[in-house]
Amino acid sequence: MKLIYTDCLVVGAGLAGLRVAIAAKERGHDTLVLSLIPAKRSHSAAAQGGMQASLGNTVKGLGDNEDVHFQDTVKGSDWGCDQTVARMFAHCAPKAVREMSHWGVPWTRVTKGPREVVVNAERITINEAEAAHGLINARDFGGTKKWRTCYTADGTGHSLLYAVDNKAISMGIPVHERVEALHIIHDGERCHGVVARCLITGELRAYIAKATTIATGGYGRIYEVSTNAIICEGIGQALALDTGVATLGNMEAVQFHPTAIVPVGILTTEGCRGDGGLLRDKDGYRFMPDYEPEKKELASRDVVSRRMTEHMRKGKGVDSPYGPHLWLDITLLGRKHIETNLREVKEICENFLGIDPAKDWIPVRPTQHYSMGGIRTTPTGESPQLKGMFAVGEAACWDMHGFNRLGGNSLAETVVGGMIIGKYVADFCDNNDLVLDTGLAQGFVDKARAEIDALIDGEGRENAWQLKAAMQKVMMDYVGIFRNGPELDEAVRQLKSLLERAANLGVTCKKRHANPELVEALRVRRMLKVALTVACGAAARTESRGAHAREDFPQRNDKDWLCRTLASWPDPKALEPRLSYEPLDVMQMELPPGYRGYGADNAIAHPDTARREAEIADILAKLGDNASREARQQALMPFELPESLRPANERLSDRLHGGVSGKTQLTNDNAPASNTAGDDNS
Amino acid sequence: MSGRILTFNIFRYDPQEPGDKPKMVQYQLAETSGMTVFIALNRLRQEQDPSLQFDFVCRAGICGSCAMVINGFPTLACRTLTAKYPKGEITLMPLPGFELIGDLSVNTGKFMRELAERLQLWLHPKGGDMDIHRLEDPMAPEEAAKLYELERCVECGVCVSACATKQMRDTFVGAVGMMKIARFELDSRDGRSADDFYHVIGNQDGVFGCMTLLGCQDNCPKDLPHMQQIAYLRRKMASTLL
Repeated sequence: MKLIYTDCLVVGAGLAGLRVAIAAKERGHDTLVLSLIPAKRSHSAAAQGGMQASLGNTVKGLGDNEDVHFQDTVKGSDWGCDQTVARMFAHCAPKAVREMSHWGVPWTRVTKGPREVVVNAERITINEAEAAHGLINARDFGGTKKWRTCYTADGTGHSLLYAVDNKAISMGIPVHERVEALHIIHDGERCHGVVARCLITGELRAYIAKATTIATGGYGRIYEVSTNAIICEGIGQALALDTGVATLGNMEAVQFHPTAIVPVGILTTEGCRGDGGLLRDKDGYRFMPDYEPEKKELASRDVVSRRMTEHMRKGKGVDSPYGPHLWLDITLLGRKHIETNLREVKEICENFLGIDPAKDWIPVRPTQHYSMGGIRTTPTGESPQLKGMFAVGEAACWDMHGFNRLGGNSLAETVVGGMIIGKYVADFCDNNDLVLDTGLAQGFVDKARAEIDALIDGEGRENAWQLKAAMQKVMMDYVGIFRNGPELDEAVRQLKSLLERAANLGVTCKKRHANPELVEALRVRRMLKVALTVACGAAARTESRGAHAREDFPQRNDKDWLCRTLASWPDPKALEPRLSYEPLDVMQMELPPGYRGYGADNAIAHPDTARREAEIADILAKLGDNASREARQQALMPFELPESLRPANERLSDRLHGGVSGKTQLTNDNAPASNTAGDDNS
Repeated sequence: MSGRILTFNIFRYDPQEPGDKPKMVQYQLAETSGMTVFIALNRLRQEQDPSLQFDFVCRAGICGSCAMVINGFPTLACRTLTAKYPKGEITLMPLPGFELIGDLSVNTGKFMRELAERLQLWLHPKGGDMDIHRLEDPMAPEEAAKLYELERCVECGVCVSACATKQMRDTFVGAVGMMKIARFELDSRDGRSADDFYHVIGNQDGVFGCMTLLGCQDNCPKDLPHMQQIAYLRRKMASTLL
């Protein structure tokens, strides 16, 4: 048995994984990263639009702070998130943006003086402050009160990934490329590493570590059409399920992005609409204001995707050989803006559609984009069931997104979550010994070898690609934007049948080294189990919340469903997961459930909501009007962070006014931000 | 263009398979509308030969995984439409200049990591205030835009495979190396001087080795200004000798 040991093992070399690796290495721990591909090719690179952080440098971001970012995030999640985690995140996001600047990210900067922008289809002039010149800029994104999304043109993920990987290279952190994890090595209580297969030589290796961090991204590719890279197949979630003890959280929470191009499903960034782009129907009519008069094209992603689908169901879609679509119109932004701030979008339009987006409208349709669900963790990023197993980024359900993620909050989660959880991983490595149980490791290596032997030498005749295509079609047809009981039941039935068939998988290519068919066969079984956690979770959740929209249960039901779905797979032979639920405690919330601001306010209230609101009013009254916003926040919902991340974030407004808290505000012609936690449910 | 039968001539060789020899193998496939080489290769693998090796990740022209030589030119396969070839004949070869993993798969990742380590391709901060809790240092907006422009390189390896100098001299850093050096040289946050960079690329393996054939400029899928940057670095490096 090939045995490799380290202190900190990270599976996945995207932004979140690399950031954790750097945090552990900074503290002197031996650190090793595994990746299917070269680190810089990770799907993080595809994030275009930007990352949210409440810097408040641009005039359209004045008055922004952690409180406003927190509130936007909680509302965006449809109150499904862990508010403590959302707080940790909002507090550290400005730190991460600034750290990334120190590591080389060329953030787009504010230019002082007048600047023309497009807001609500009109060209208006905003005037940037002299003092803001050269500070980090931000653009508008959906579901946010302020312009908060920091960016480098429309290649933000690329710039971040390159800066972070360069940092990892400078620290000498090894990345074992073209290696795929097949099992987590564990004893039912503690995680000890992974068994992985080299995709070039086929060698099986046991990687033993004090702490193992899963940072393998989302599971978008269980769907037929997805904006995700083809490697986003949910294998990290499957590894956790395979342990039989670890849980996945809210797997049914799947986001559909409003504007992927038709038919190939490649993303055009939300920045297109943030910068002023419009959605139009087959008559060229701008329809979003009819549905969402206030936020229009910049409502939350789940809302825009549903409204687009509704509009197409009314026959207003543009017919194409690939089904109906709508138009994204960015022509009004002008060629110069497109060729500087939206140039990746322009390249995609030219190469895949043969159109010029400065002249032509872009054919778009809502498409699977993001996995809010993932490996359930505590706020420190650790699995509640398996000590020493951490998860971070899209792979995790840390749970800052609940049932809908805001645009710009996932790229932010990778580096912010990585920064925070990396410190907890380093703590874990400080406080725990490496447990080298070669017998345990050998058992998992044998298990992997037996599976490979059976696929190559066995009698199985099922084809991996066919099973995968069938699964992807089931997910597209029955577990999409709008869901209902009968279709979800059908999805579960068909997926179970596919999982049964997957027991008879075989490969025709008999090579034990580089063998694409073997890789596919190993993955498809794992993917089917992940797909079943999504479909079963969706079938069981008889309410609508965020991206989970049930036609037969259209109301958000806080009374019965203010809880997180947990899925595990204790019996490997079973055909479906075990579901359980973790309640969200209203009495601990800083922002009790309220109206999100879209459509009818028809949520079924939780009995504690009114009690908690009264309690909050009481706490705030006792503090008096002179309490700082930080003191008010701490009184409502104290949260922990590693000590080095606790200091307050300085803003331009603090320097100009000499103040230290966000109570000081520059005057501007925007509506003032809500500055007080918990008072704003509009 | 749908309805055509496409003919693919694909380089096949598995260096790990004892006795295997490099060869070209012909496949035929019915074209569908909007078909890219990404779609075609996946269909060939799923329907005709499950052992066929190639690399794709983003399939959107962003990640740089899928560069290969298509009808004689190195480019990204994911965004190459089959409709581009009127004769319906497409020859696919692996990128030269990189370690072959098998068929169309080459190890660009290993090459790029070694290059980054050798040339120290990361920001070397000048120092100063690195406090992440305080307001960031300003940067000229034009500088940030310029840096992003040069940073759009996706490390696909096309410039390396299109470079005659690189084919003759294995240690040549290629356009990718020089583009990255230029990017850090221009970054006001980087503490390295022109002299420091001279030690790295002021030689035959760097700017003075370039024969200016500009295969890099002609084939770069991101349209990066290689010619301009190589010329800029040459002048800059030459000026360190004055």
